[in-house]
Amino acid sequence: MKLIVTVVGKDRVGIIAAVTKILADNNVNILSINQNILNGFFNMILFAEAGESKIRLVDLQQKLREQGEAIGVEIKTQHQDIFDVMHKI
Amino acid sequence: MITIEDILETNQMITVNKLDVRTITMGISLRDCAHPNLRDFCRNVYDKITRTAEFLVKTGEEIESEYGVPIINKRISVTPIAIVAESCKAESYVPIAETLDRAAKEVGVNFIGGFSALVEKGYTSGDRILIESIPQALAATDLVCSSINLASTKAGINMDCVREMGEVIKRTAELTRDKQAIGCAKLVVFANAPQDNPFMAGAFHGVSEPDTVINVGVSGPGVVKHALEDMKGANFTEIAETIKKTAFKITRVGQLVAQEASRRLGVPFGIIDLSLAPTPAVGDSVARILEEMGLEACGAPGTTAALALLNDAVKKGGLMASSHVGGLSGAFIPVSEDEGMIAAVKRGSLSIEKLEAMTCVCSVGLDMIAVSGDVSASTLSGIIADEAAIGVVNNKTTAVRLIPVPGAKVGDIVEYGGLLGYCPIVPVNKFSSEAFIARGGRIPAPVRSLTN
Repeated sequence: MKLIVTVVGKDRVGIIAAVTKILADNNVNILSINQNILNGFFNMILFAEAGESKIRLVDLQQKLREQGEAIGVEIKTQHQDIFDVMHKI
Repeated sequence: MITIEDILETNQMITVNKLDVRTITMGISLRDCAHPNLRDFCRNVYDKITRTAEFLVKTGEEIESEYGVPIINKRISVTPIAIVAESCKAESYVPIAETLDRAAKEVGVNFIGGFSALVEKGYTSGDRILIESIPQALAATDLVCSSINLASTKAGINMDCVREMGEVIKRTAELTRDKQAIGCAKLVVFANAPQDNPFMAGAFHGVSEPDTVINVGVSGPGVVKHALEDMKGANFTEIAETIKKTAFKITRVGQLVAQEASRRLGVPFGIIDLSLAPTPAVGDSVARILEEMGLEACGAPGTTAALALLNDAVKKGGLMASSHVGGLSGAFIPVSEDEGMIAAVKRGSLSIEKLEAMTCVCSVGLDMIAVSGDVSASTLSGIIADEAAIGVVNNKTTAVRLIPVPGAKVGDIVEYGGLLGYCPIVPVNKFSSEAFIARGGRIPAPVRSLTN
């Protein structure tokens, strides 16, 4: 199962570390990261593969969402299929 | 490979433009529930619904969360009750409606549709009892929706039923007058009703459908409007192409959700309904799409053409995105459920006559229109007859969902809340249809050649 994690919020130290730690702890492999800072706002889109992971997607979403709330950013985790169906024929 | 732009576009559609899947509707056949004893029949119905739909809401919520796309409603449609209840020895089907209500509440769905009868050519005893039971059934329940098909292109129009439904709507309004006649918001009168419609209040599970089925209704007027906002001055060829592409994307999301729901629930996938279904929220309006095309207000001359283009382009774009398309597929124009339609009625640009013209080219009919409580039953019947004629002659589905609000006058606003929205009382032609409606009988099926 491929996942897309989008993170948006005010920049600070340790956002990527906080997100990727949760992914690593749950055996989710990162495929690619696209990240930048726009006017002090942190934007990241992370592509990941959860093939080896045992965690249910809804539980992973919750962990990431809670972590996001703790560090003041919005973290959205979605199954990649929704993007594939919309943008590929 | 998915690009960053694709991801941002999809997420903007969801968060800013209110893209959602409007409903996952599970169709459940009740043909195997028939029993001569009413109590046994009700028990069979309750057991089958609660057993079959036990995981519907939970599954819908999981899919919603995993893909990050809101799924607003989870609903159930059942075989028309007039058919499956007919062998019961009962004088009223109100207890069956109450059973449906209990079952719907038990499994946590928003609505259950199918308190219905198909009478375009005439009545059976079950049809009569059901229609007689409608006002009380809708007053006694919260989630039950009722629909009557009284006309079809192959059979013509059952004018006895047209007359009767005017009276049924009035009685329903009277029995739910303390809630601004909300019973009438759960009652639809159809011509050419589809058997696989996932949208309420007109959903029922057709007799030729499988035992259970998953039908999905998409939405997304906000997404279409947003796409047109960047097209100032573009011609209609370009407008149509843009709507098609947008409808394709919207429908693909519906198809994904339908396939997942079908797989996880172990229930066959039926159809995607391509309808652009609005809500009363700002930014989720079909009327505003028409205005985006260049009309000062919805209802201005050109509105019917704009709606025709929209409806056609939505179908063309959506058809390729889904393996099976059905239901009502097109654009909905419910007045109280569309912020732009409400505004158009308030500013006087949109009348019931213009709405009737619009129903010739869109997917349903005169939908969620509140009228004054002193509008007579025969006038309601006259409006139903006109809509049915449009559907029958043009070989399309049309429907009427009118709410004659007791005590309300033109200028008042009635509020229903949630997806049902709010509506100014719409003026209705004052001249009488009484002698016309009193005739009864059947208007014959129309000739299908010499089409002028």
